[in-house]
Amino acid sequence: MARIFVPKDTTAIAVGADAVAQAIANEAQARGADVQLVRNGSRGLLWLETLVEVETPAGRIAYGPVEAADVPGLFDAGWLSGASHALCHGPTEDIPYLKNQERLTFARVGVIDPLSLDDYAMHGGFQGLRKALSMEPSAIVDEVVESGLRGRGGAAFPTGIKWKTVLSTGDVQKYIVCNADEGDSGTFSDRMLMEGDPYALIEGMAIAGLAVGANYGYIYVRSEYPFAIAALEAAIGLARRAGWLGADIQGSGRGFDLEVRRAAGAYICGEETSLLESLEGKRALVRAKPPLPAIQGLFGRPTVINNVISLASVPIILSKGAAYYRDYGMGRSRGTLPFQLAGNLKHGGLVEKAFGLSLRELLYDFGGGSASGRPLRAVQVGGPLGAYLPESQWDVPLDYEAYIGISAMLGHGGLVAFDDTVDMAKMASYAMEFCAIESCGKCTPCRIGAVRGVEVIEKIRRNQAREQQVDLLRDLCDTMLSGSLCALGGMTPYPVLSALDHFPEDFGLESANAGQNAAANAPIA
Amino acid sequence: MHTPPDTTGPCPADETIQQAAERALLRHQGQKGNLLPVLHAIQDDLGHIPDDAVRIVAQALQLSRAEVHGVVSFYAHFRSKPAGATVLEVCRAESCQAMGGDALAEHAKRRLACDFHATTADGSVTLEPVYCLGLCAQSPAVMVNGQPHARMTPEKLDRLLQSQGV
Repeated sequence: MARIFVPKDTTAIAVGADAVAQAIANEAQARGADVQLVRNGSRGLLWLETLVEVETPAGRIAYGPVEAADVPGLFDAGWLSGASHALCHGPTEDIPYLKNQERLTFARVGVIDPLSLDDYAMHGGFQGLRKALSMEPSAIVDEVVESGLRGRGGAAFPTGIKWKTVLSTGDVQKYIVCNADEGDSGTFSDRMLMEGDPYALIEGMAIAGLAVGANYGYIYVRSEYPFAIAALEAAIGLARRAGWLGADIQGSGRGFDLEVRRAAGAYICGEETSLLESLEGKRALVRAKPPLPAIQGLFGRPTVINNVISLASVPIILSKGAAYYRDYGMGRSRGTLPFQLAGNLKHGGLVEKAFGLSLRELLYDFGGGSASGRPLRAVQVGGPLGAYLPESQWDVPLDYEAYIGISAMLGHGGLVAFDDTVDMAKMASYAMEFCAIESCGKCTPCRIGAVRGVEVIEKIRRNQAREQQVDLLRDLCDTMLSGSLCALGGMTPYPVLSALDHFPEDFGLESANAGQNAAANAPIA
Repeated sequence: MHTPPDTTGPCPADETIQQAAERALLRHQGQKGNLLPVLHAIQDDLGHIPDDAVRIVAQALQLSRAEVHGVVSFYAHFRSKPAGATVLEVCRAESCQAMGGDALAEHAKRRLACDFHATTADGSVTLEPVYCLGLCAQSPAVMVNGQPHARMTPEKLDRLLQSQGV
């Protein structure tokens, strides 16, 4: 019997994977072929979706992008024995895009049946939790501190330190909250993990619960991710039935349980305090800090709030040890980051690599350059609040501190590439517009500043007292940066100012006229 | 004294709203901070959150109507008015803009002769902007009644709408 893997990740379904799976089932039946269909997660080679894999004695052989209409031809060519075909890419594991990655957090994604507990355990699952069950809470926290893991949602705050704070509080009721409100454009790693390996997140949260003394957790998932919600809900049910969740995990006498909460389309809920407000059933207005959520978080209780990738990286840290994880990376950026290659790239997808490689490597060695065939011009790194980087900055190592050094941020590891048809003044205007749409309205620099920002950029583009308006825009950005309560208002200036500084010609300015910051940040090349 | 019979009782539509709201409240009874799950359940059931449901939910959760209305109006996903039979969400975020998302959005508006946040004149399609569907490596992307579609072009969108009978 041949096993055929057809992803049920959103990225595959969005290009017809369900029809492909149906066509394979029909064709196999018509030919009397003994075929077992497995709906796996995505390997992250997204330009090849729907990427179908056929299991052979020589390993899994990849075919893609497969459309339903290709299926009879693939059977004719003899794909059940891994025969060659125009869509064949050979053994999946040998495809350079995949082979050259360092998959720690994503080791199982695309490989296993996401809901199979056997598959999960066979590929190293639950080893971290088993180990944690035998450890003192403070020892678990120390392990995470030692690993150097920092918040993968974007803020890069050391995860272990956050846990330590929650552990040190004396409250009887504490919570673990997973921030799965992945709203940044150009990011999809949270979604791919939740759909492709939901038990990794569940295991990570259970370990976090044991570490800090919390017995309940919430996964707050955006409503735009219906398939991720369904995968998590199914996985939680199965894990609970198998005794990996509940009042008595695997007979240890220690308990942890959790539920999924569906968000409702507000970008601001990616900000941790507004997410907590939303979980409490309120308008998601940002809270002033302090108090930190670690001291006074959900329902006023000490709360660990971490991103999906942070929590899903915890099991491997526990099972293989802090040193194993820490050995990847550079400087203070330890471990790996699942980079997401998006926008105008030929080979978009997910690339998990240790920190320290360059944007150029991601854009060309992995991404294969632009999809349009035109020269790449600007890359936005870190979502809608991240800076636009010109080519002169593409060799800076991908490292939290190195990026801060060029007034940029790695954020959640998403990058959106633009070719030379992009109008950067328009993108700057869009950044302000997005902030105006998504502002929670609590603080003035964000709520009013973003609206004024759109107007000022419009005047610059129409050459209405342009020089004066540029000064005004810089002044406004300074106010937003220093005076906003959270990162939405506080970081919208990043894309705006980077566009202005690096691409002044799009604003109708000579480089020299773009103000002092432009001179300081002028391209080296 | 003679009083006329009360003819202002609930019409069938009101009954449906009442039932949907009560079902949602029952399902999420006792769950902490359950307002969003309750509102989701009502909208999943009725397609929108009518004012009458707001009143029932507010009373049951001991909130003011203003508080519940405030939550409904804060979140883009919740709608107070019914949508068309087909809800087309077009991604407007950066990655899709890098791959012709603006042209796709313009095409959708022209084809449907309606703007974002609006419903076509015949009430069949509601057009909404969405800020990222997480399909950024296969931009541009849209969602039709909750089903994602990537690598979209104006022609493919036309075919997709046709398949929905639009």
